[in-house]
Amino acid sequence: MPSTPGSEAYSSDEEKSMAELLKVENLKTQFHTESGVVKAVDGVSYYIDEQEIIGLVGESGCGKSVSQLSVMQLISTPGKIVGGEVIFEGQDLLKYKTHGPKMRSIRGAKIAMIFQEPMTSLNPVLTINQQLTEMLELHLKMSKKAARERAIELLGMVGIPSAHNRIDDYPHQFSGGMRQRVMIAMALSCNPRIVIADEPTTALDVTTQAQLLELMKDMVERFKASLVIVTHNLGVVARYAQRIYIMYAGRIVEAGTTKDIFGKPRHPYTIGLLKCIPRLDEEEDRKLVPIKGLPPNLINMPPTCAFLPRCSYKIKKCSQKPWPPLTRLHGQHYVGCYVNTEEMRNEPAAR
Amino acid sequence: MTTYIIRRLLQALVVLILVTLIVFFVMRLLPGDPILIYVAQTAELERMPQEEIDELRAEFGLDKPIMVQYANWVAGIFRGDFGTSIFYREDVGTLMRDRFPPTIHIGLLALIVGAVFGVLAGMVAAVRRGKWLDKIVTPLTYVGLTIPVFLLGILLIYAFGVKLGWLPISGYTSPLDDFWLSTRQVIMPVFCLAVFGLAANARQMRSSMLEVTRQDYIRTAWSKGLRERVVVMRHMLKNSLIPVITLMGVSVSIILGGTFLVETVFAIPGVGRLMVSSIFGQDYVVVQAITLIFAVIILFVNLIVDISYAWLDPRIRYG
Amino acid sequence: MVKKHSDIAFSEAPVRVSEWRRFRRVFFERRLVTFGLVVLVLMLIAAIFAPLLAPYDPYELGPGERLLQPSSKHLLGTDLLGRDTLSRLIYGARTALMVGFISVFISGIIGIPLGVIAGYFGGITNMVIMRAMDALMCFPMLLLALVLAAVLREYAISGIWVVIIALSVAVIPGYARVTHGVTLSIKENDYILAQRAMGSSNMRVMFRHILPNAFPPLIVLMTMQLGALILAEAGLSFLGIGIDPPGAAWGAMVFDGYKYLASNPVLWLAPGIAIALVVFAFNTVGDGLRDALDPRLRGLL
Repeated sequence: MPSTPGSEAYSSDEEKSMAELLKVENLKTQFHTESGVVKAVDGVSYYIDEQEIIGLVGESGCGKSVSQLSVMQLISTPGKIVGGEVIFEGQDLLKYKTHGPKMRSIRGAKIAMIFQEPMTSLNPVLTINQQLTEMLELHLKMSKKAARERAIELLGMVGIPSAHNRIDDYPHQFSGGMRQRVMIAMALSCNPRIVIADEPTTALDVTTQAQLLELMKDMVERFKASLVIVTHNLGVVARYAQRIYIMYAGRIVEAGTTKDIFGKPRHPYTIGLLKCIPRLDEEEDRKLVPIKGLPPNLINMPPTCAFLPRCSYKIKKCSQKPWPPLTRLHGQHYVGCYVNTEEMRNEPAAR
Repeated sequence: MTTYIIRRLLQALVVLILVTLIVFFVMRLLPGDPILIYVAQTAELERMPQEEIDELRAEFGLDKPIMVQYANWVAGIFRGDFGTSIFYREDVGTLMRDRFPPTIHIGLLALIVGAVFGVLAGMVAAVRRGKWLDKIVTPLTYVGLTIPVFLLGILLIYAFGVKLGWLPISGYTSPLDDFWLSTRQVIMPVFCLAVFGLAANARQMRSSMLEVTRQDYIRTAWSKGLRERVVVMRHMLKNSLIPVITLMGVSVSIILGGTFLVETVFAIPGVGRLMVSSIFGQDYVVVQAITLIFAVIILFVNLIVDISYAWLDPRIRYG
Repeated sequence: MVKKHSDIAFSEAPVRVSEWRRFRRVFFERRLVTFGLVVLVLMLIAAIFAPLLAPYDPYELGPGERLLQPSSKHLLGTDLLGRDTLSRLIYGARTALMVGFISVFISGIIGIPLGVIAGYFGGITNMVIMRAMDALMCFPMLLLALVLAAVLREYAISGIWVVIIALSVAVIPGYARVTHGVTLSIKENDYILAQRAMGSSNMRVMFRHILPNAFPPLIVLMTMQLGALILAEAGLSFLGIGIDPPGAAWGAMVFDGYKYLASNPVLWLAPGIAIALVVFAFNTVGDGLRDALDPRLRGLL
């Protein structure tokens, strides 16, 4: 069973590692709570190429944010990364000390993150200038003056009007959308290779969402960086991502190109997700069908497939075998399911 | 922010007036003839012939309506005239000038020590949460908040004065006269008064910082690859200090309250001891004056604290 | 080998634990809080059953037995007038707790309604009441208590009541403020507006609907105030105000014992530690209550 979906597309190991910018192998992160051990990320593997945009999609609590925080080693007690490798530029990042100089030289400089809540992600008592220039001074060793000029430039690039006036303002003087633009500027300021956007538009209105996503796409193209969009909304990644990973209960259940996922979804969860999204190109009377049931409790998970109680396609095998491993369908399309849902296209009447 | 300051100033004015009213009328609660406030004990009063009493009444304006008396008293305060002490037969203003310096010397030192070391201790405890430093600091703050100030004084005197003989157990010398002796005499009283502030500031700072640590913007700071020292000093500190500022007002109140006890235990010739002896000596002029002065000090400190708070937080300053 | 589907229960979100159980769990979680509670209960028992527990009459003079060191006959020795220290300590608990509880009660009766009225009616009422509270708060507790005690002393009230009244007044603003804050925060809640639309009188709305919301923070405040009050009472009796001799009060005992600083340290240590212990107990129990009732109060109280 291949550990990194899609990586056999390349003929040799060498070619593989040359193209892959980041390779995450069997990442496991757990949280020790009063009620038990939460396996937030339970064996997640994926990769990112240079100048690629990928989507990481799943509902709240599926572990997508935790997986990205783990890559940056931003997990603190009661959480702990308990296994796996994060290979970046030939080195396993998880082997670095969390607050050591090597990891610090990665954060912000090589891999940067944009967070979900623009209202609270900026320090209220520091000016935008201070928060932008500290990175430039630290990672790019710029002088105060040069850093300030670059910061103004960056603000202009993300579409903040009168940047040279507004740079000395405080975060509370900006709207949510503007703050997120500042976060984007901050993330790209040191020319990172990868930008991770964790639900970057969830807290904003739809119009702003569209603008910001378009902005992010432009910026990463301009800076020649790769982008990971973490979201619960498949619609968001449809337009921008080249490849998509679907996560459920701490694991990846389906992976493939955007065309694969939207055109030929195989995992029952993916199918369910797609049924929830309204589309312009479908018949008027189609109902939006929510996925029945609730997300599982991640403590004491049974060994079978976690989606079982909510699945409309289950067969006997599903309750007897452990969580299905990812198997390759074709090309870069992988799925972790025992059922050939394509054959069961029409929803069985009995379920 | 200017509207905020103006509103706050007006508020302070109203409170100031109320404070003077309270001080004035509390003294008038004394049973019997209000002339008691200005003259010596009742026994003396009984021996005085009626005309003399009437003369005194007129002299002190006691024949006028009560609100006029109040106005006269306030007017007197503005002129710096707090009356004449019955016991010392001295102008109260002069008395204050002699007695205030030791109180201010010790009180101010206690305030500074409590603030600086308290904040430092709290910061260390928060940054090294759960480690041994935190495990020592946190319980100690409990002790600091609960130990009676006079017991602490006596304990210190017992330990450092009597048993070890390191420090003098009473008395006060001005630092201008003999700096070294003054410092040795002042160490224990300052510590006693500072203990509450130390404990309160340490607790507040610790809890502020722990609260701040959980904020999203700190996670952003870490994600930028900044060093721990930078994250703590530049990103956490200012945010954590803001609630600590408000403690300054409480600290001053506690210190002024504790000064009565500390000056009694350590026999320091300051305003605290003067107050206590005046209460027992029924020297109500002095009692009234000291009460007013203390209350006004606290009023001003609270005013300054509120305004500083608004100035420090950019969200309020640049509204 | 995998269990059969029917044997495995897929749990969803954890079931809500009953409020009382959660309260008990959080409250007793810290050993310190439990310890504090134990101390308080012991103190209460000592105060209530003082006559049964004290080995001697605390007022009984023993001219031949002055200033004795602790022995099997007098567990904590005797004082200047030959009185048994341990008995005086136990009776001192009575004084302390009496002053504390009565003061809290009186100031609560006055302060809580003031706060609700001020918050509910707003406007001038609010301004007058809250500024008056602000003015009271400009006086350090001990100062206010001292001055009031000095004045009240001239009336023929027994010493302990002088202290109680003086301390009650000093503490009123605390209750007013907390209640005022709570009132402001829920005044505009829908269910309050609904009540008023239904025609409930103001009194009813204030006391039946708004006030109960203030109970959790008020309970915590009261517990903390008790500690502060006992400390203040000790300070006052140390200075000589309050209990008329031969009454037993811890602060006064410390003052008396101070004269024998080195020769009979038990005389001032025992009452001093008692004071510290009780205040500590009230503070930790107050902390525990606050965490158990509503941890969001942590910044406020």
